[in-house]
Order: sequence, then structure tokens, then C-alpha cells
Amino acid sequence: MKLKKPLLMICTLALVVMLAACGSKNTQEDSSASGTANNDKSSELSGSVLAVGSTALQPLVEQTAQKFMAESQYSKIQVQVQGGGSGTGLTQVSGGQADIGNSDVFAEEKLKDEAKELVDHQVAVVAMAAVTNPDAGVDNLTKQQLVDIFTGKVTNWKEVGGKDEAIVIVNRPSSSGTRKTFEKYALGASTEDLKGSIQEESSGTVKKIVSESPGSIGYLALSYLDDKVKVVKYDGVEATVENVTSGKYPVWAYEHMYTKGEPKPAVKAFLDYIASDAVQNGDVVELGYIPVSKMEVKRDVDGNVSK
Amino acid sequence: MKVIDEGPVQVQPARSARWKKHHAEDLAGRSYTFICVALLIVIIISIIYFVASKGLATFFRDGVSLGDFLFGTTWDPEGNQGEPQYGVLPFIFGSFATSLLAALIASPLSICASLFMTEIVPGWGKKLLQPVIELLAGIPSVVYGFIGLTVVVPFMRNVFPGQGIGIAAGALVLSVMILPTITSVASDALSSLPRGLKESSFALGATRWQTISRVILPTVLPSILTGVVLGMARAFGEALAVQMVIGNAPHIPRSLFESASTLTSVITLDMGNTVSGSVHSNALWSMALALMFMTFIFVLIVRLLERRHRI
Amino acid sequence: MKAKLTDKIATFLIVVLSLLIVAVLVGLIGFILVRGLSHINWSFLTSVPQTIRAGGGIGPQLFNSLFLLVLTLIITIPLGLGAGIYMAEYAKPGKITGTIRLVVEVLSSFPSIVVGLFGLLLIVNTFGFGFSLFSGALVLTIFNLPLMVRITEQAFRSVPKEQKEAGLALGLTKWKIISSVLFPVALPSIVTGTVLAAGRVFGEAAALLFTAGMSTPRLDFTNWNPLSPTSPINPFRPAETLAVHIWKINSEGLAPDAAQIAAGASAVLVILVLLFNLFARWLGGVLYRAMTASKRMG
Repeated sequence: MKLKKPLLMICTLALVVMLAACGSKNTQEDSSASGTANNDKSSELSGSVLAVGSTALQPLVEQTAQKFMAESQYSKIQVQVQGGGSGTGLTQVSGGQADIGNSDVFAEEKLKDEAKELVDHQVAVVAMAAVTNPDAGVDNLTKQQLVDIFTGKVTNWKEVGGKDEAIVIVNRPSSSGTRKTFEKYALGASTEDLKGSIQEESSGTVKKIVSESPGSIGYLALSYLDDKVKVVKYDGVEATVENVTSGKYPVWAYEHMYTKGEPKPAVKAFLDYIASDAVQNGDVVELGYIPVSKMEVKRDVDGNVSK
Repeated sequence: MKVIDEGPVQVQPARSARWKKHHAEDLAGRSYTFICVALLIVIIISIIYFVASKGLATFFRDGVSLGDFLFGTTWDPEGNQGEPQYGVLPFIFGSFATSLLAALIASPLSICASLFMTEIVPGWGKKLLQPVIELLAGIPSVVYGFIGLTVVVPFMRNVFPGQGIGIAAGALVLSVMILPTITSVASDALSSLPRGLKESSFALGATRWQTISRVILPTVLPSILTGVVLGMARAFGEALAVQMVIGNAPHIPRSLFESASTLTSVITLDMGNTVSGSVHSNALWSMALALMFMTFIFVLIVRLLERRHRI
Repeated sequence: MKAKLTDKIATFLIVVLSLLIVAVLVGLIGFILVRGLSHINWSFLTSVPQTIRAGGGIGPQLFNSLFLLVLTLIITIPLGLGAGIYMAEYAKPGKITGTIRLVVEVLSSFPSIVVGLFGLLLIVNTFGFGFSLFSGALVLTIFNLPLMVRITEQAFRSVPKEQKEAGLALGLTKWKIISSVLFPVALPSIVTGTVLAAGRVFGEAAALLFTAGMSTPRLDFTNWNPLSPTSPINPFRPAETLAVHIWKINSEGLAPDAAQIAAGASAVLVILVLLFNLFARWLGGVLYRAMTASKRMG
């Protein structure tokens, strides 16, 4: 019966820990809010900025964060950039744990009511192109052909004018923002995961598999394209920056940085810095994104395009 | 313990002071180690509680039926074809298939390695293989996945039909990863065998192989099985390396060389993209709960094998 | 003579298969080193990574991996030793002890991504430690603790019974026996086990993505104030470890030499693990001789 005492102690301990866990949840928001120091315009801005989310947007935010912190007037601000995926970013920003949630998709597509509290800051446009293994022998695919391929109606390249070779689909997981963009704007409908299709989480792996396995097709952001994979035209339109900005090439999406409500001063300074012409025409272009300001067309949550 | 408590009662004051000090230390040591265990238990309970509370929400709050979840074959959490469906049978199948196959490949190799270390050349055999086994255990799984993608997949693509990815590639990578687990358990069991057993067999004129196959292996079989089950448990929980080579299609594959998924590969693939609290995310936690449950069963099997071994 | 022939064939097969394992390891390590070694030089080991340009290094990542290891060991060793000693010496064999041991085993083979998310939601968010080395160390403790407990327990149990009985006969308290008789004998195998288990800290990626984070702030290696955010030894700053860095450049790397950096970083990681193994053997041997004044057996 000696065992009872330790057991009781363990339960008490467990309870204490859980209570502590609940307790600290309430104080969480205050502490993160007080993280930024003074609103006083006369003194230097200071505090910390935490941006979490999309891995596709991470290189841009990381690079600008480094430059931002190197500027003398912002030297007291610490910017942290973390990955984890769009879903994680949106969860963290709407829960108040992160200052900025990076996302490949509109918050409305992932969140329900919480999305109303979030303020959208579109910092760049990312365009995607369908890519094939170089030996597939196709350099143009129409929308219908792409739909047929990704829904499994067409299973051999010769049916779309290529070599006699079985088609292997290299997809993104159904929860991925990249896949949502591709399905919405290139295929016009969401597709199911076919038997035998490959799903990979990251651009690097998709590129590696498409470049190595014969007959494979996938899609990548423009910044990942090189001569290891064959970029196919979409309805005869080449995936170039000019065609995207003019609205001729439709497979593109905004990269979003969400804040909960209006951003606090340090966060605002960082967002303004990303939106500045120096960054937009410098780092954004260098990293293979397209500046939002260059876009001649606009698109809303439901995908309606306007000039 | 009673002896210590009553023993030094009638000692001189000088020793008594030391006695007191020792007993104070004893109490402190005892409480300290107990607190450590208690903390360990708290961590375990909180993880189980946490995973269970998230994982069970799928069934109690979101109203997904347990039967559809465990035996459904359609995984469509985003509702691409109408109603979202959360059937995880293909993943459970994939997990079992890869870990069983990995154990099938790794077990004979591991048994040979442990026989080599303990029976064939006990001296330098152990000196050679022991570090090798420890190094294999030390190579990070990211590196295993990377090698799987650059070496195993192209190899499978050239030798077998299909794209090289699939259960076979996953099992091959996993088999190398679980080799150390099985080998170390098996060689521990072999080296703890009483010497008399082997010597009496040799004295009867049996050859080494006869001794190994008729005397040694039957005696240590339960321990070897323990090692195999532990290895399978490790294979079951491995995520990054498998995810890179298995293909991740949410279907039960027709062959070993067709894209398939495991529970862990889907969790790694989707977790970051889903919003915490959504049904999709909860379904992933349910899969983690299922995984925890399976690991639990593996450990129970090990316990059972060990108990039989003791009798 | 059939039995003799079978014996020869079987022995041959066993030797061949064992050598196959050695060949696999040599092949693996050789492959990693051949691909990576050419890229390793002093500036690669010390400079900071580049997002888009070639020539990035792994300096901060290397430091983070080592620092995280130290932090994890600081948390794990006292806890693991304590819990292991309790399980080996104080706990009475019974259902509860059995259950604890069972659950500890479950914990040690739990998928790291789930523990990582547990860390994200509980340690990073609820406890408010943020993406930091400290959160990472706590999550790694969850992995390492069961291992540490098992290593300690086994080491204590393998001490010959007579030594313990001799201590009891002298009227020593239990703690005195543990600290002065059992611990010195068990220490060498505990140390070896700990150093080998520490290898996992180097290799872990999935759990750290969500806890220690995927980026490193600019570090000022002349600043050794542990509270300053730019100080390398501040445990509450985010830190990307080597394994996480390999994962990141493999998956989303944009630099033209991403593949070479990944190969070089993998080689560095494997060399570290190799060094660790050698160090563990050496330290175990030295301690064994020092503690028992005898040569190590077998």
C-alpha cells in the first residue's frame, strides 16, 4: 500500500502543472503586447517582431529582415522569421503568439470567423508554372489537357502530343497553398489524389523528382525553375514576369503577411520596409517574386480579376 | 532496509552525527530521485493527455465516426470531391507494410551480425561490428532521407518497374535504420547465455552451426523477437526519411513500387499547412493518437515476449 | 560429413552478411564524405548562410547545434540520472513500476513531429518561451530523458550484487551505497551511453522546426552577455541547428550551390557523430580505469 502515496503526489504535481499551463495562457497576450516598447515617435523604435508561416515566403522575409535590422534607425528592433507552413502562420497570428503570419493563401480560405480580425498585407506575387521531365516531349499544354492529366483522364504523353511514355504526377499535399493556387488558377477545379501519384511537401523535392523520373509532371514557383526541368507553356502563354504582370498568364497568387488588427509600430515599420520601393524592386525581384506594385491586374479573395 | 534503520542505534555521539548526516543525505537523495521520476511521469501524462484531447475531438466534437476513420479508404480532408472524408486505412496499411518489410530485411542481417560478434569471432568481431552498429544508429534521419532520395530511389527506378519510390524504397531505408536496434538486443541476449549450454553441445560433438541452430537460437528466440518488435516500433514512428522516399499518395498501392503513405508521412506532410483546431488538423492528431496506441501495443508485445522468456 | 559442410556454409554466410553490414556503413559514410568533404573549408564552417547567392556557410548553425547539445545535457543529465536511480534502486517491482517503464519506452519511440507540435503549442505558446534554444532543449529532453533513464537503470543493475550487499552489511544508508559504491562502478557505462544518446540531438530536425525555429538572429560573437538578444550564448534566442538547416536547404533552398551546402553540412554532421562515438569510447575507458583501477573487460 506504500504505492498510494507516490501516486497521489504524482497526480497533484500533474494538476499543478496543468493549472500553471492554464494560468499562463491568460497572461500571454499582455506580455506579447508589451513586447514593443514606446509609441513615442521622437525616440527610436524598439521591440521585437515575430513572423511565422509559409516556407515559400520565408526566404524573402528572412533576407529583408536582415537588411532591416542593419539599418541604423531600426537597430533596436529584433525581427525573427520562422517557417512552419501557412497553416501554422495563420494559427499563430490569430492566436496572438506571432506578430505576423506569413501565408500563401487568403486567410479566408483557411480560417472562418478569425479571418475578419486579420489585416492583409500583400507583399509580393508568386507565379507558378507546370514543369515536366525534359524527355516528355511537350512544350505547350492547354488548360483542358492539364485538367485531363491531373484528373487521370490522360495517362500517356502521346495523347497530348509527346512521347509514348506514362505520365507520373508529382503533386503537393492537398492542404498546400501552392497546390490550391495551381488548382484554382491553372485547372479551375480541385482534383483528387490519384493512385500512383507522388506527393511532396517542398519545392526542392518536387524539382528533384521531376528532373529525375521519366514522364513526370509537377509545378513550381518561377524562382525554382532552371534547365533541369522543362517549363511548359500554359495555353500557349509562356510563364514570364511580363505575362504575369500584364494578366496574360493567370497562374499566380499573392504572398500575404497578416497582422491581427492594425500592427504595432515596430511591426508596421518592418512591413513598410518590405513595401518600400528599394525592397520591392531589389530583393523581391532578386529572389524570383514579382512586386505587387508592378501588377496591372488585381485579384480578390474569390479569384475575380480586375484591371 | 529495516536493518539499517535499527542497526546503529547504540553508537557513540561522534558516529551518531555522521549517522544523522548520512540519513539526511539518504532522505534528500531519495526525494530528489523521486521528484525526477514524478517529473518524468508528469511529462508523459501531459503528452498523452494533450494528444488524446486533440485526437479525440475528431470523433466527439467534429462527429467523424471511428469506423469511417479506421476503415475508410478515402482520404479527402479538404473536400475536393464533395464531402470531406477521413479514412486512414491506406496509411495504417502503409505503416504496417513498410515496418514489416523493413523488419524482414533487417532481422536476418542483424541476427547474423550478432552471431558474428558473439559466436564466430567474439574478439575482433565485436571490436569491428560494435562501432559500426553504433554509427549506423547515430546517422541523423535527415541524412538517411537525403541518401534515400539520391541513391535508393534512382536504384529502384532502374531495377524495378515504376518510379522507384514506394513501400519497397521506404522499407529499404528503414531497414538500415532499425538494424542497430535489433542487433544490439540480439547480441545482448546471445552474450548473456550461460557458457555451459554451448560447451555441452560442443562436447556432444555438434558442429558450430548445429549448436547455433539447435541450441542457441531456440533459447534466445524470444529476445530476438523482442529486438525485432522494438525495431518495428522504431520504423513505425520514423517520419522524415520515409516521407522523402515513399511518394505519399493516399491510397493502398497495388505493388511495392507504387506511391503509398504511412501515418507519420501524412502527419509530417500536412501538419504545418493546416490550421490548428480545424477538422483536418484534428484528424492528423487522431492519427498521432493511433500511432501512440500502436507503439503501446508493440511495447506490450515486447513485455509479453520477455515474460515468456523469463519462465 | 554433411554436418561439417553445412557448418562451413552457414559460417560463411554469417560472415558474408556481417561484412555486408560493414560495407553498407562504409558505403554510406563514404558517400556522404566524398560528396561533402570537398566543400568543407574554414570559411564554410565559420561564415553565415546566404539566401540566394553562392558561398554561404554554416557557422551559426554549427555553433547552435553544439550549444543546444550542451543545454539539453544540462537539463537531461540530472533528471535522467535521478529517475534512473529511482527506477533501479528505490522503485519496488510491481504493476506501477512496470507501467512507468512501459510508458517510458513508448515515449522514446514516439514520432518526433508530434512531440515537436506538442512543444509548439505548450512550451512555445502557452508557457511563452517562444521560438528559442531553451524550448528546443526542453523538447529534446522529452526524447533524451527516456533513453537516459534506461541507460542509468541498466548501468546500475549491471553492478555485481555482491558490491551492494557488502555495502548493506557495513550498515551504510541506501543513498551512501548508491553514491559511493554503485555510482562509480556504473559511471563509465552511463557516460558512454549518454554521449551516444547525445548524437540524437545533432540529428533531430522535425521537432526543432517548431520549437528552436528555422532562423538565427545576427549574432555578435564578441558579446558574451547571456541576456543580450544578439549574444550567441543567450538561451532564449531562436536558433537553427545544422540538421534543420540541411532540411531547409534541401526543401526550399534558392542558392545556386544549395546541393553542395547540403552535402557539406551532412558531412560535417556525420563527422561530428563519428567524433562523438570515438570520444564516448575513450572517456568510458578512461573512467573505467580510474574508477575501478583495473583494465576493462571484454
